[in-house]
Amino acid sequence: MIPAAVVGVGQTHHKTRRLDVSFGGLVREAVFRALDDAEMTMDDVDAVVLGKAPDLFEGVMKPELYLSDALGAVGKPMFRVHTAGSVGGTTAIVAASHVQAGKHKSVLAVAFEKQSEGNAQFALGSGRGASLGAGGAFAPFIRAYIHRSGAPEDIGWKVAVKDRRNALKNPYAHLKIEDISIEKVKNSPMMWEPIRFLESCPSSDGACAVVITDEEGAQGRTPAWILGTSSRSEPPSFPGRDPVRPQACLQCAQDVYGQVGITRPREQLDMAELYVPFSWHEPMWLEAHFIAEEGEGWRMVDDGSTELGGSFPVNCSGGVLSSNPIGASGLLRFAEAANQVRGAAGEHQVEGARTALAMAYGANSQYFSMWVVGNSLQPFA
Amino acid sequence: MAPSTDIAVVGWAQTEMARRTELSETQLLLRAITDALEPLGLTSADVDFTCLGSCDYITGQAFSFVGNLDAIGAWPPKRDSHVEMDGAWALYEAWLRLQEGDIEIAVVTGSGRSSTGDPALIYPMEMDPYFLAPIGADPLTFAALQARAVIAAGITDERSMAEVAVRSRGKGTVDDLLAGDYVRQPLRRHDVPPITDGAAAMVLATGDRARRLVERPAYITGFDHRTECHNPSFRRLDDSPSTRLAATAAGLGRAPVEVAELQAAFTHEELLLRSVLGLGDDVVVNASGGALKANPIMATGLCRIGHAADHIFKGGSRALAHSTSGPCLQQNLICILEGRS
Repeated sequence: MIPAAVVGVGQTHHKTRRLDVSFGGLVREAVFRALDDAEMTMDDVDAVVLGKAPDLFEGVMKPELYLSDALGAVGKPMFRVHTAGSVGGTTAIVAASHVQAGKHKSVLAVAFEKQSEGNAQFALGSGRGASLGAGGAFAPFIRAYIHRSGAPEDIGWKVAVKDRRNALKNPYAHLKIEDISIEKVKNSPMMWEPIRFLESCPSSDGACAVVITDEEGAQGRTPAWILGTSSRSEPPSFPGRDPVRPQACLQCAQDVYGQVGITRPREQLDMAELYVPFSWHEPMWLEAHFIAEEGEGWRMVDDGSTELGGSFPVNCSGGVLSSNPIGASGLLRFAEAANQVRGAAGEHQVEGARTALAMAYGANSQYFSMWVVGNSLQPFA
Repeated sequence: MAPSTDIAVVGWAQTEMARRTELSETQLLLRAITDALEPLGLTSADVDFTCLGSCDYITGQAFSFVGNLDAIGAWPPKRDSHVEMDGAWALYEAWLRLQEGDIEIAVVTGSGRSSTGDPALIYPMEMDPYFLAPIGADPLTFAALQARAVIAAGITDERSMAEVAVRSRGKGTVDDLLAGDYVRQPLRRHDVPPITDGAAAMVLATGDRARRLVERPAYITGFDHRTECHNPSFRRLDDSPSTRLAATAAGLGRAPVEVAELQAAFTHEELLLRSVLGLGDDVVVNASGGALKANPIMATGLCRIGHAADHIFKGGSRALAHSTSGPCLQQNLICILEGRS
């Protein structure tokens, strides 16, 4: 397999409504930032991979067709991925595959969502009425997690405060809640027991793009080497499923760690960008990625380990809790992990980060995609 | 760049192609996948990677592919992906994935039940949302514009188009068809595709594994796809540069092909593609009847590759398959399959 690296990262300023730009304008904002970061132009890009969540979010079917001009894809391969909420991650993985398979030298991965164009809750209910929304779907899993682990109720509030504080350091983040506090989260309206309003992700317009290239292309640029990628899916529902600790997540993590040679993720990884749309997903995912022992993930939140500056920082960008253009949210995690090991994360940089994990998940906790990136091809040598 | 690992189609299956079925997309896929795996002595447990191709707007439901995980038997969980594209592109993703060298068997699918919606209402939604979708022009309208351009360029005429229809469907006479009314001038009813529900599944295997599974694997020796600018008014409709680019990159010119399966939903598209690809009269085109006979949207392209693979399985040496997406052949894919003695 041919080594591949991220050499450029770009994203939009995420907002509830980006009425100032068209779909094309939105993706171009992210694309040009990524190309500028890579010191490349569209001419250097051999293929484009576009990811986004359901087309029913915006009411435009297969929008990559219309976007081919805006993305500079004319005359090139243009590929469209859709794996529910994990799609941003899968987009990065498929783009990396184009390079790793030796098919192309430099590939642009782009993901976007312009949620203000439609009604996300309607589409999340598969376009049928009476949608529970994502919070309604995930609240039972969270209650089960709390029941099993015996975690105290303030864990969710702590995650919500931490991620919003991190977002204050991220110029692109959607939510900027200067006076965020435990009190404020605790007193926000209850949405889906036990998830409160400020423990929930926003609905954003935004896009993200990364440039992936081979070893030669990485010369003279700042690479985040893609050390391992993996995806796993499991069925919607059957009695053997455990959505609190999904088998697909466990296997995906084991697979990607195996590729990189990670046996002690908490020590060997320097940070993680995990897809946390509701605060309680942070401790759940810490456990399902073997970063914490089963039932112990909440303790890492409780003792501040996952804060920026803690022993295992999580979602230093502010995470999905602070910016959530759904189709792009996964790629934002993958891009943030890349920027951390490139030393390009600005104010929310984890000092000396050499390896980082990024994860995205989708549907009813069924689709998982992950990558581990590093500042060298042999980070543990 | 030639792939370093041999990757071959070792089997495929399609469901019955019907004007309307009461089976769900998941049920259709379960049949197609089972029918593709069984003759090879494989089960879903042998499959290392799956990639499904389908479209929410065809199914009429967001996240419509999620339920299709039940058809691939994703337990234990599978390495899996989904493209909002024809199954031919799902094959492309699997072909890339297998080249990474760590896995051996992949299943790709395409599925669609277009009978549940009205194409004239649904397809305009894939157009530029600001300048084209509001016009509400349906696929027939755009196809008719292209047919006019292709006729004006002298590439075809209405009689040749009717000949394509007669050959593809194996019924009627050219004179009878030409006596019919226009649906959109110059297109008559016989020039346009049927509405079809159906699914297809294909099994891919690498190198030695492929040779152990079947006597004569259909090796993928060239594979490429390209897009053009979206708005048909900014394109030359009597040409298909993206098809030509993809064919060149896939190495079509390296040796002659005996058969070609082209995803030409409209009669003039077949004639335009033949001309762009430089296919001579000695090349058998769409012996399957093509998209004019059965057009299960999102599986139509994968079926073309399946029929081309059948030619290799039966002893043929080189076959071309083509798939397309978007208005007036905006995006085109070329897959070359070869047999080895």
